[in-house]
Amino acid sequence: MTERPSRWLSGFAALTYAFLFAPIVILVIFSFNDSRRVFIWQGFTLDWYPALLQNDRLLDAVWITLQVAALAVVGATLLGSLLGLGLARLRFRGSGGVQTLLLLPMVTPEIVVGISLLVFFSQLFGWNGSMGQIALAHITFCISYVAITVRARAASLDPAREEAARDLGASAVGTFRHVTLPLLAPAIAAGAMLAFALSVDDLIITSFQAGVGSTTLPIAIYSSIKFGVTPQINAISSIVIALVGLALLISWRVGAFRGPSARPVDADAEEGSA
Amino acid sequence: MSVPFESHGESVPEIRLSNLTKRFGDVVAVDDVSLTIGSGEFFSLLGPSGCGKTTTLRMLGGFDLPTSGRIELRGRDVTRDPPDKRPVNMVFQSYALFPHLDVAGNVAFGLRRRGVDRREAQQRTGEILDKVHLAGYERRRIHELSGGQQQRVALARALVNEPQVLLLDEPLGALDLKLRKRLQIELKRIQMDVGITFVYVTHDQEEALTMSDRIAVMHHGRIQQVGRPDDLYDRPTNSFVADFIGSTNLLGGTIEAVEPTSAIVRLNSGDRCVVATTGARPGQTIQLSVRPESIGISGANGRAADPPGPDYLPAQVEQVAYLGSAVQYLVRTHGGLGLTVLAGKNGSRFASGDAVALAWSPADALILGDRAEAVVEEAS
Ligand SMILES: Nc1ncnc2c1ncn2[C@@H]1O[C@H](COP(=O)(O)OP(=O)(O)O)[C@@H](O)[C@H]1O
Ligand SMILES: [Mg+2]
Repeated sequence: MTERPSRWLSGFAALTYAFLFAPIVILVIFSFNDSRRVFIWQGFTLDWYPALLQNDRLLDAVWITLQVAALAVVGATLLGSLLGLGLARLRFRGSGGVQTLLLLPMVTPEIVVGISLLVFFSQLFGWNGSMGQIALAHITFCISYVAITVRARAASLDPAREEAARDLGASAVGTFRHVTLPLLAPAIAAGAMLAFALSVDDLIITSFQAGVGSTTLPIAIYSSIKFGVTPQINAISSIVIALVGLALLISWRVGAFRGPSARPVDADAEEGSA
Repeated sequence: MSVPFESHGESVPEIRLSNLTKRFGDVVAVDDVSLTIGSGEFFSLLGPSGCGKTTTLRMLGGFDLPTSGRIELRGRDVTRDPPDKRPVNMVFQSYALFPHLDVAGNVAFGLRRRGVDRREAQQRTGEILDKVHLAGYERRRIHELSGGQQQRVALARALVNEPQVLLLDEPLGALDLKLRKRLQIELKRIQMDVGITFVYVTHDQEEALTMSDRIAVMHHGRIQQVGRPDDLYDRPTNSFVADFIGSTNLLGGTIEAVEPTSAIVRLNSGDRCVVATTGARPGQTIQLSVRPESIGISGANGRAADPPGPDYLPAQVEQVAYLGSAVQYLVRTHGGLGLTVLAGKNGSRFASGDAVALAWSPADALILGDRAEAVVEEAS
């Protein structure tokens, strides 16, 4: 029953994509513009990319961003994976509610999350902005994404595999290490990449947690825009887009790689009783 | 009854289940099952889907804890032991192979967990793969194998540990008929070869009859009958077993007259027949099982010569089906009783509408035990 997509539909899809990506394409193009300010094409140049290496403020911001991302990825992956596995496995009173709660950080306006974290950290701990605080904030909003990715995979695994491991003499810990973890690995890796992409480009939540000496790249870019968009900004933005795009691509590739199969290949003939 | 010493010849059974019961909420999946299984036996749990076979097997393997009852292996109580502490291995219905490991990694998994060193594990893996005809497949990934090959890897992965007992949950259920037939024979060969006790779960009566030394027929979580394949077929103790093992005609009726070794039964349809029995009481309601192949069918005119029975039922053919090696007739007696008759294809043929005479030897009409009293319904 597969029909060829109608011409209208393809046209509409193309338009939507153009709408989505035209700004990014323009930005990337103008990172090669041989002109200081104006949005007028003056000729092709690669000068703005090496020039970035001279910009210490920007390089510092990149370094901080990467440190924050590393902490956020490690923290969110660890906690999110355990949470995802737990949610897939444990059935308890109100487990449905807890599952839904997991979506909340994803749909809550970032500004609300940013403010609430700021209030939380400053009121309870008297913190007023640091790299550690940013990393903690990133961990909190990345956990959901990792947990949801891992939960989906864990729920699709045939529980008989772990029973088989126990049956063959593995302890509970051995079963986790030798069977559960390897089977979840693609989802964990996908979640980590997602966390990386989210951490690297977050502006709003981060800006509430940043203090002196903890300016991340998005903040640095945002503040320099006040003095006008320079091709250098375009260049660094292009690099960030490439980096985040790569992370998403990897996340998608390993996530789509359902292992040889998450479910038993031949045993689709389930017993009628189950 | 005190026996001072155990007799020397008597050995402890390989497996003893005592009053094993498992409830899931309100559902009684396994209901008061008691069994003993001998060493080296090929023992099958047979019954329709949902009758509690898998649950029984899972309790043996340690994956489900019984609600009550006891499991002993060679006299040792293992009822509450976890799976990794039992000398038992399982072949799962879904095979449950590890997709992140190759064939050798799967097979050696149990050996490695039990601390067998790499060299020996490799050697024993090679030997067992040889035994299941998968030599040379060590480095293959699981998803590169066919269903039948995966099934054999699952078998090898369990057997390599040399368990006391191997549990198999419908291991051939996902395979096509031809492959299943071949693997049935192969599985039986392997079992005799390794001499390990097999507890085999299946809903396929033919499979159970082909492979098993003994079979327990289950229904609604209860054991209906335990016996050798021919016992179950020739001497079913109730209508469920009679109907589930092979197919049969179940006829309700009342004992009308009693003779020393036989009785005359008045069937609910009004027809009469003779059964071989001792100790029947006149007026007793009973249920009879008559196998389709035990019923002789002949033309209504030539009836005196052909069938061996002392009595006969006049009937009319309603449907004819050629089954290749035999002909199946659906007939209806003048009393309105519907029967299935299986006749050799070399005998005389009848067409639908033909008047025929049916007869069976009194010994082939089996009076069924427990349900005899309860059955009122006619089997037409
Ligand atoms: N984990 C479970 N939770 C609830 N009910 C179950 C569970 N496992 C089995 N049952 C029920 O117990 C009964 C027996 O199931 P099972 O042992 O799988 O039967 P079989 O293997 O003979 O098809 C069925 O009614 C089934 O629905
Ligand atoms: Mg089952």
